[in-house]
Amino acid sequence: MSLQLDFPAVLERWPSFLAGAVLTLELAAFATVLGALLGTLAAVGRGTHNALISGACKAYVETIRNTPLLVQIFLVYFGLASLGLKFSAFAVAVAALTINVGAYTAEIMRAGFEAIPRGQIEAAEGLALSRLQIYWHIILLPAVEKVYPALTSQFVLLMLASSVCSQISAEELTAVANYIQSDTYRAFETYIIVAVLYVILSLVMRAGFWGLGLVLFPRRRRLGTPL
Amino acid sequence: MQQNTSSAPIVSLRNVQKSFGPLRVLDGVSFAVERGEVLALIGRSGSGKSTALRCIDRFEKVDGGEIVVCGHRVDRPDVDLRALRQDVGIVFQSYNLFPHLTIEQNITLAPCAVKGMATARAKDLARKVLAQVGLEEKLHAYPEQLSGGQQQRAAIARSLAMQPKVMLFDEVTSALDPELTAEVLKVIEQLAADGMTMVMVTHEMGFAKGIADRIVFMHRGKVHETGPASILTTPTTPELTQFVGTGNLKS
Ligand SMILES: Nc1ncnc2c1ncn2[C@@H]1O[C@H](COP(=O)(O)OP(=O)(O)OP(=O)(O)O)[C@@H](O)[C@H]1O
Ligand SMILES: [Mg+2]
Repeated sequence: MSLQLDFPAVLERWPSFLAGAVLTLELAAFATVLGALLGTLAAVGRGTHNALISGACKAYVETIRNTPLLVQIFLVYFGLASLGLKFSAFAVAVAALTINVGAYTAEIMRAGFEAIPRGQIEAAEGLALSRLQIYWHIILLPAVEKVYPALTSQFVLLMLASSVCSQISAEELTAVANYIQSDTYRAFETYIIVAVLYVILSLVMRAGFWGLGLVLFPRRRRLGTPL
Repeated sequence: MQQNTSSAPIVSLRNVQKSFGPLRVLDGVSFAVERGEVLALIGRSGSGKSTALRCIDRFEKVDGGEIVVCGHRVDRPDVDLRALRQDVGIVFQSYNLFPHLTIEQNITLAPCAVKGMATARAKDLARKVLAQVGLEEKLHAYPEQLSGGQQQRAAIARSLAMQPKVMLFDEVTSALDPELTAEVLKVIEQLAADGMTMVMVTHEMGFAKGIADRIVFMHRGKVHETGPASILTTPTTPELTQFVGTGNLKS
């Protein structure tokens, strides 16, 4: 038995691969930005004294963290459909991924918030800053800095997990691979190429987060020390 | 509600009560601080000094009694906290500078965010208050690049930038070794000379004696003895006699 690989037959479909990779990156970008917002709000909500709000945030986080992503995607997809609402597969995928990564972000951000010493907040209160100003100027950035590695890993994981969006025929990288392999009968070659593309996408994201970190944390850039 | 006539004290506590659970920490505390006066709160560990100080800036809510600070009825639930805290500056033992901001940003944050001061003016102000504490050259440093004494002086400068009517200090030198303590005390001395109204909790008896217009000696949640700085040399109660006698009175 010998392994016969025919890459050229598959590689000639490179425009499709490229389109799929771009769509995967777009999915990840939208879900990362929206999920970071949603998750941060949920983490703030979880810390409030209002039992209703903190209970709702906790229920959201626990529900999402204890159900499979694919099921969540189907719930959003069929849920919207049964309400008679029509959205593109891309919009549905972004919504589901946002809801998913938002829950993980909330848990990570909560750890970040808890790592801010009480004295920081008292000092800010003593300077007459408002609740919102304290979150914005004193808590948010140091909290993000403390959990930045965990946070960015979560977003890269999200990009990889977005491959299950192929199930609702969003035309992302894995969906593209699925039909290329059924077209060419070159499944192994196709998925080797897809794997390599995912690695490249991961590296692109990590490089992006590294650059963003330089912008967000000037103190770290200058001193090189952890907060 | 506004009782801020020129003759009214800047800070006044009347019969203030405060418990943490079953623990009665303030048991009818009364004292007043006039404009330009320096009051030193002294007493054993656990006697309620920090709690009394924190009540003034409403970091603790009192259970009973009356607190008036610059015309604000601090004991009332409807007190305007942000207005109160614009009038009061507080400095803690642990500095609590914001580690992700430069010293300049630490100082300009509140004037800009709270008072809406223009950035350029706030930067001028930062330079001015840093000069006051002898740290002009640290404008663009981050807190971690400063020694403990420098951080504490920067924290004082940050408070001064809000132009408070009264400053509260809670053992601001007890985390520092003697050399750094001296540089911080010098700054506080200068503030006193400039006429700043101050309430300070301190273990530095020699310093309290030199700078305070009035001493309040707290014991078991009560003001046990009070008077001019001379009570430290000629205490009348056995408790204060013992307190100043147990090596607390070093110059
Ligand atoms: N938030 C709190 N919850 C419960 N107990 C508290 C709290 N804050 C202070 N206490 C208790 O109240 C008492 C008085 O505390 P306080 O900090 O006012 O003392 P202090 O005179 O400042 O002492 P020290 O010189 O050690 O700083 C102590 O027994 C302390 O344990
Ligand atoms: Mg204390």
